[in-house]
Amino acid sequence: MFIISQAYFCIISTIYKTVFIIKKNNSFKHGRGGRMLEEFDISYQLNDSAPIKKQIEELSGEQVKKCYQCGKCTAGCPVAFAMDNPPRKILRLLQVGLAEEALESKSVWICATCETCYARCPRGVDIPRVMEAVRILAKKKGIVPEKNINYFNDLFLKSVKSNGRVHEMGLIVMYNLMSMQPFKDATLAPKLFLDGKISPFPHKVKNPLEIQRLFERVREKEEGGHI
Amino acid sequence: MTLKYAYYPGCSLNSTGVEYNQSAKAVAKHLGVQLEEIDDWNCCGASAAHNTSHLLSIALPARSLALSEKQGLDVAVPCAACFNRMKAAQVEVRESKEMKQTISEVIGMEYEAKYEVKPLLDVLVNDVGLDKIKEAVTRPLTGLKVASYYGCLLVRPPKTMCFDDVEDPMTMDNLVEALGGEPVDWSYKVECCGAGHSTAKPSVGIPMIRDILKNAKLNGANCILTACPLCFLNLDMRQKEASQLHNETYELPVFYFTQLMGLAIGYSAKELFINKHFVDPMKLLEEKDIFRHPDTRREKA
Amino acid sequence: MKRIGVFVCHCGSNIASVVDVKKVAEIAKEMPGVVYATDYQYMCSEPGQDVVVKAVKEHKLNRVVIASCSPRLHEPTFRKTLVNAGLNPYYLEMANLREHCSWVHSKDKEGATVKSIDLVRKAVAKVNKTVALFPGEIPVEKRCLVIGGGIAGMQTAIDVADMGYEVVVLEREATIGGKMAILDKTFPTMDCSACICTPKMVDASQHPNIKLYTLSELETVGGYVGNFDVTIRKKARYVDMVKCTGCGICENKCPKKVVSEFDYGMGKRPCIYKPFPQAVPNKPVIDAENCRMLTENKCGVCAKVCPTDAINFEDKDELVTERFGAIVMATGYELYNWKKDFGEYGYGKYPDVIDGLQFERLVNASGPTMGKIKRPSDGETPQDIVMIKCVGSRSTEKGKTYCSKICCMYSAKHATQIMEKNPDANVYIFYMDVRTPGKLYDEFYMRAKESYGANYIRGQVSKIYQEGKKLIVKGEDTLLGRPVEVKADMVILATAAAAVKDSAAIAQNVGFSYDKDGFFTEAHPKLRPIETNTAGVFLAGACQGPKDIPETVSQATAAAAKVGALFSKDKMATNPLISSVDESICSGCGLCIPVCPYKAIELITIKERVHGGEIERKVANVNEGLCQGCGPCTVACRSGAINLKGFTNQQILAEVDAACQ
Repeated sequence: MFIISQAYFCIISTIYKTVFIIKKNNSFKHGRGGRMLEEFDISYQLNDSAPIKKQIEELSGEQVKKCYQCGKCTAGCPVAFAMDNPPRKILRLLQVGLAEEALESKSVWICATCETCYARCPRGVDIPRVMEAVRILAKKKGIVPEKNINYFNDLFLKSVKSNGRVHEMGLIVMYNLMSMQPFKDATLAPKLFLDGKISPFPHKVKNPLEIQRLFERVREKEEGGHI
Repeated sequence: MTLKYAYYPGCSLNSTGVEYNQSAKAVAKHLGVQLEEIDDWNCCGASAAHNTSHLLSIALPARSLALSEKQGLDVAVPCAACFNRMKAAQVEVRESKEMKQTISEVIGMEYEAKYEVKPLLDVLVNDVGLDKIKEAVTRPLTGLKVASYYGCLLVRPPKTMCFDDVEDPMTMDNLVEALGGEPVDWSYKVECCGAGHSTAKPSVGIPMIRDILKNAKLNGANCILTACPLCFLNLDMRQKEASQLHNETYELPVFYFTQLMGLAIGYSAKELFINKHFVDPMKLLEEKDIFRHPDTRREKA
Repeated sequence: MKRIGVFVCHCGSNIASVVDVKKVAEIAKEMPGVVYATDYQYMCSEPGQDVVVKAVKEHKLNRVVIASCSPRLHEPTFRKTLVNAGLNPYYLEMANLREHCSWVHSKDKEGATVKSIDLVRKAVAKVNKTVALFPGEIPVEKRCLVIGGGIAGMQTAIDVADMGYEVVVLEREATIGGKMAILDKTFPTMDCSACICTPKMVDASQHPNIKLYTLSELETVGGYVGNFDVTIRKKARYVDMVKCTGCGICENKCPKKVVSEFDYGMGKRPCIYKPFPQAVPNKPVIDAENCRMLTENKCGVCAKVCPTDAINFEDKDELVTERFGAIVMATGYELYNWKKDFGEYGYGKYPDVIDGLQFERLVNASGPTMGKIKRPSDGETPQDIVMIKCVGSRSTEKGKTYCSKICCMYSAKHATQIMEKNPDANVYIFYMDVRTPGKLYDEFYMRAKESYGANYIRGQVSKIYQEGKKLIVKGEDTLLGRPVEVKADMVILATAAAAVKDSAAIAQNVGFSYDKDGFFTEAHPKLRPIETNTAGVFLAGACQGPKDIPETVSQATAAAAKVGALFSKDKMATNPLISSVDESICSGCGLCIPVCPYKAIELITIKERVHGGEIERKVANVNEGLCQGCGPCTVACRSGAINLKGFTNQQILAEVDAACQ
């Protein structure tokens, strides 16, 4: 049983990896190959990406023109070291009409929503909400440069949807499978299990259908134009 | 005087955060704080919800809050992330009639946002009062040099959370002093632990955990105090992984503040689930004679 | 019998392109009282004014309506025209067909024309009820009070005194000199601040027309322009100014040292002290809150060692009241208290994170470290120094919204000073912009960067924390797009320049307005930056807004010029468009008194003959010098006894009737 599932996973993972590599090469719609710093026609860009910028500003409730690019957000961002475009630059891309580049950025997925930038911004720009809006919009358009982080969130919400509460063990198992790391944290599992911290049985609300309905109603509202 | 609150444990407290739930309930009972669990509460959505849909991130906590309104009590929330989401929902519903209407439609019940949402830390320290806590201490935590780690979500964004100081909070530090321990002044009190990144993107999450542990150690701490099950998980369960990053050793046991309160009050390690930690705190506690009555402690402990 | 002339102006195309001016003039001819109406291209020009003068003579006009632009622009012009035509200047009414009509209704020509006719009709109805008005006269006391003894105050005082008038300089510290006495060098010349300031201090103290009241506070201000009655509290110095020779023995012997305010916490001073060695007056003062004799009745060493027996522990505050014709505000600025807001920089718990004035004390040769730049924590010489600009400035969240103007220059100056004293030092300046809008300013900044090698990093700093002996500074280099960290020995914050903390209370005391940041409000930001809206009160220096020394000195001299203009006449003409009380109607209820923002109304006792006998009763009386003609008193008066000349109740009602036709 175990060997079969192992083999199954190996096949799936190979297929996945192939697809992933192909997708990666195509993901830079606006990638410029060797012309990284190509001049851009700002007047054209501002016009062209205005609808996306408008969507992001509506989703986040924030105006990107408030930012005067001081850099305090990036300076205090605990994950800036791993970003391709630090928070200040995401706002800059939105300001000059390069919103698509912002959408393709890994940064908005790496953002941990720690709110340090917002707490210190001298202009009071709600940067986490902007990062969030870019992320939500990117996902809607199918631009997901950080697959694992996306899986984690999707699986989390799936678990909430079916149980009303997160089933941590289920989440970790499914996450490990989807991210093709079946043995991640395997050494920690026994202690967690023996200490009663994880259980194969989920805790549920009395009527999980209520939660499913909640999810559906949210989706209806959003499709109906509610932000 | 009995203090009563509606209690929202959150998903983690019944699984990876059982120590928190256990110690919180014991300490609350001892200090005369009644915690009535909200009937049929649901997950608050944490980061996953607000990273996917703003409306969902308000609706999920709003449902639990709406249910709690039947109890007619303020809500006490142990997990910092849950507190952050619930407070955000409460503030948004209070400030916008439109949102209130939309939320009522989505969750299928009325939510008035009448009552307050407080972190358990606020309830057990500020509402109870440091004086009452001092009185309840039978085993002062002498010798424990505690780095109080608040993390992000308890204090930020300051305009919404309105809890303690956004750069240098002191609630847990004052608590440690009241319990007889020594609060350590350190620079990573409110630096992010990486939250879910330790699982979903370890290349980012693990260095963040390591930086926190490093700074705590550098400033002379011998243990760390937390008020959030995910921070606890990251600093405790992932401590070994973090120390392997640059081949360092930390040996910094991590506690929930309710556990230290319980220890000082007189509960046993087993009762507070201290045996369930990954980084074994028993060595430190025994070294400092915490389990002994103060009169019977050694000079050099 | 009123003979009204109406003159409709085209104002080039400003009015004529929207309003049918010829039609307006035609219809005006039919209005009650109008005997002549015409239109002209530019009424304010010389030929235009001639049209009015000629028409007045030819048609024997005795009232004039000019339908043109806003009275704020040309009312004084047309008043003069009427004087030239031989009429009382207050027989003029203006209908604003430009700002109130053609400029705002440019898309609706028909509607604008109809409105213009209504506006002219209103003006005609009002001018029908106009009476001749004559300006009053008040005497002018030719003594000037300058509040503040810094460079602004001293410059004004010297200039006014040179004109031959008496000046009193009121300074709350024990010495004059202000912030310049604290600084080490001044940009862009790198003049030694004390060297250029102390001669002015001596000039001010020795000038025969200048009196210095140091260690004094403003108690109350009453009166009005030309006649301000000011009460000053001269605080107890505990040192007899006549007997004391300034020898300094008492300072050396005082056993108790406290933190020095003059050194901004960088050093200590004894309880009997001169704020700095070149203080003017060069006599010490006793710190009453810390002196052992004054608080515990012990010690008294200073009195024992004083060779002239000048110490007087029984000294008390003294109140003096003097009359002044003009007041010049020169209260200066102070640095914003960053410690209560900036937790990311440590809330002030790191001793090596200091602000600009603290650094000035460190680098000053007569400062607590004798000019050697040392870390306040351990006295070592800092090698890596970080400066952060815009701390508390340009922010909608923490501190002030405005730019503090001087920080870019003084940061470059500090960098220059550091590198001069320690060529091996590394200076890192985190900035958002570099603002150098003065003569030789940009060259100064370039020199700091290129000749001295200061590292300018464009970006802000998010956090400073201590690690061992070093301060870890986390910023971003936005030009490079990467986070940057500096392990610094010392951090200098360029904090916002703010108004002094009780500036609002001072303004309220003297009786003029101030803005949301506590800076004093000028009458017009571009065209009248020296005057306030209160006649007789002028502004000089940083109390009006952050500024550097050249601008301060210019403004100070300008204030002196304004004072000189005021004092050049023995009597002052007052504006006749003020309130007046009809005593026969006034019941003396006094409701108008608290309503007046200029405290211009008071109750006086009058004698009247009633039923054959004489009675005394109270009625309201308007002070012609103070009243600004704002009008709320006329609204508060229940019986309509108080009326605003030029805008009487009858005139307003006539306008309303005309508009409702």
